[in-house]
Order: sequence, then structure tokens, then C-alpha cells
Amino acid sequence: MDTTPSSHDDIPGTIVFDGHQAMKAYALNKMCFSFNDAANREAFKRDEDAYCGKFHISPAQRDAIKRRDVLALVRDGGNIYYLAKWAGILGLNVQQVGALQRGITEEAFRAMLKQESA
Amino acid sequence: MARIVGAVATSHIPLIGKAIAMGWQNEPQWKSFFDSYAPVHEWLRSVRPDVAIVVYNDHGLNFFLDKMPTFAVGAAPEYVNDDEGWGLPVVRPFPGHQELSWHLIESLVADEFDITTCQEMQVDHGFAVPMALLWGTDARAVKTVPIVLNTVQFPLPSPARCHKLGEAIGRAVASFPDDLRVVVLGTGGLSHQLEGERAGFINKPFDLMCCDAIAHDVQPLLKYSSRDLVREAGSQGVELLAWLVMHGAMSRSMKQKHFAYHGAVSNTAAAVMLLAP
Repeated sequence: MDTTPSSHDDIPGTIVFDGHQAMKAYALNKMCFSFNDAANREAFKRDEDAYCGKFHISPAQRDAIKRRDVLALVRDGGNIYYLAKWAGILGLNVQQVGALQRGITEEAFRAMLKQESA
Repeated sequence: MARIVGAVATSHIPLIGKAIAMGWQNEPQWKSFFDSYAPVHEWLRSVRPDVAIVVYNDHGLNFFLDKMPTFAVGAAPEYVNDDEGWGLPVVRPFPGHQELSWHLIESLVADEFDITTCQEMQVDHGFAVPMALLWGTDARAVKTVPIVLNTVQFPLPSPARCHKLGEAIGRAVASFPDDLRVVVLGTGGLSHQLEGERAGFINKPFDLMCCDAIAHDVQPLLKYSSRDLVREAGSQGVELLAWLVMHGAMSRSMKQKHFAYHGAVSNTAAAVMLLAP
């Protein structure tokens, strides 16, 4: 897994999706883009490994997919707009995806959103 | 001659689309949000726009990273919505206005905006949710021209460049020979961030400053870089760029007629703003 930072690494807690990030995970993002199609979502659910193999996903990224480690995938070049389609297969909403990355509960994440925008 | 009769800036949060599909408009947690669009509906009924130019960003329905245009203009007879992968109900296609599309394309390229021209373009929630918010099931009575900005992959166009694109759109509409009433929509925002350890970031003071700037004096916003917007508004808060295109397109004499801000709807606060003469 390539954990070198994006060239815009000065914003805390933020991985700006630029060319550096894009190059690391084109296959991963392409696989996630394929999940716009319900048949592809079903194929992934039937056999995750086989589906990842079809897109030549790297071993480290396959491992992160198995562990449902969204943050590791983002750091390794996954773009959240495409990863969101994968998260949808897992039944995760955007609050749950955010809470997972922050390492807090969904309730705590929702309370934080409410407080920030009050 | 065609003329821009007004501009509407609005959030395009997917959950709003779900609320519309589920008929939750009068549910206690949604009522004040949907009620805040009533002044916009009233204005739309009085000016009856023929065409909506909808400025937004695609979230991975039509465009993938294989080909990512900075600015893309639709030139299709209709625009189809489709499955975005995570459960938002698919809505019926929207009619296009091809003559205005091609006029915009000619005029923008002559004006040195080398946009991508799309004779097929699927429109995602960034387009469909605002259309439903503004026109409900009547949305197909209004013809549309979608204009898509890249907010997915850096480098992004700068706020100043987006505003200039808007100005060029304004000039293009003003030189279209047919008598058309055109409304410009800027969709997206407000501050939010979906990824990283800062996921869930919201910056309300910055949101309110941006809304005030759009209404009264946009110049301070045009000094920001897109990267500044990420810092201040979060990775997806850069959707503000669509509001800046909208602002550029409208006449300087237009004033804020309505504004409403709502605390977190999903991962972002929501807002609606109407600007008209």
C-alpha cells in the first residue's frame, strides 16, 4: 500500500484527491464505478475476491476491502464518490462511513454534525 | 432575445431526493426545510421560466476518471437519470433545449472557454434533486441545459475562473435570438467533507460568509483558490464553485429575494437562495 501523502497534505485530516492519489488506485476507483450497475453489485456480493480479481485490485487494497477499512482505501487513492457506491453495497450510509473513518460511533458523528451546524 | 430572469442556489443533498420520493415533505423533521422553498415556488409561478441552466457537479454517474472534463455542457434532447449505486430512486428523464445548448457551446468556445460538449449526458442527484425541489413533478415542463464542473479530481477550476465562466454564460444567453426566459441554478454545498479523519467537517461561519458574499459582494470569494475552499469548506464544500458560476451568469442588478439556512441535513447544512431583479 502506498501511504505517501497527496501533494496537498497540509489540510489536517484531509486527503485531497489529485493526480498523485488518482494514480495509486485507478483500478479500485474503476471497480467502484462499476457498482452503478445492480448486476455488478450482485456479482461483488456473490464473490468479492473474484470480482476484485477481475479489476486487478492490489493485495493491500483487497485486504482493506475485506476489513471494510474506508480510511485505508482513501489514503491509498480511493475516491470517496466511487467508494460510496461500494459502501452502499455494505449498507453503510454517509454518516456511518464518516464515523468509521473518525473512529467514533454513528451517534457521536451525528451529534457532531448537529453541533457544528447549529 | 433570451434573458436571465433570475438565479437560484440550492443544496442537492441525496437525502432530500429520498425525502421527496418517500413523500416526507410534511414530516416534522422535514417540514421547515421544504416550506423554505415556498417563496421560490411563488417566484417561479410568476416568471414561468422556459429553460433552466443547471450548474452542478457529477458524483460518478456520467463521468469517470478515465475522462474528466473541467467544464462540460450538455447538448442532448433529453437527460436521463440512472442508478447511482447506493439506493436513490431513479427519476424520469428531463427534456433538453438543444438550440440553446449549441448556442451556449458556440458562444463559450468563441469566448475562450474550451468546454467539453456532451450529446449524451446522464444527470445525477446534483441535477435531479434541485429540479424536484423547484418544480416537483412539473419539472419536465421546463427545458434544461446541464453544465457540469469537475469537483472530483484536482486540479479544479478556481473560483475566479468559475465566475468568469458564469459571465460568459450570461453573455451567451443574452445573444440567443429567441424570446426565452432563463433561470440559472447553482447547486451543491454547503461545507462538508465525506472522507479522511476530518469527515463530518462543517464550517457554519464560512457557509454564512459565502452566502452573504453571493448575495452582496462576491469579490472576496474570488480571491480564494480551490484548495483554500477545501481547507475552509471541506473536500466536498468545493461544490460552492457552482454557486459562483451561477452568480457570474446573473445580472449585477439582481438582489437577494429569499434566503434560508438549515442545520445539518445529512453531512452538510442546507441552504436556498433566490436572486432576481
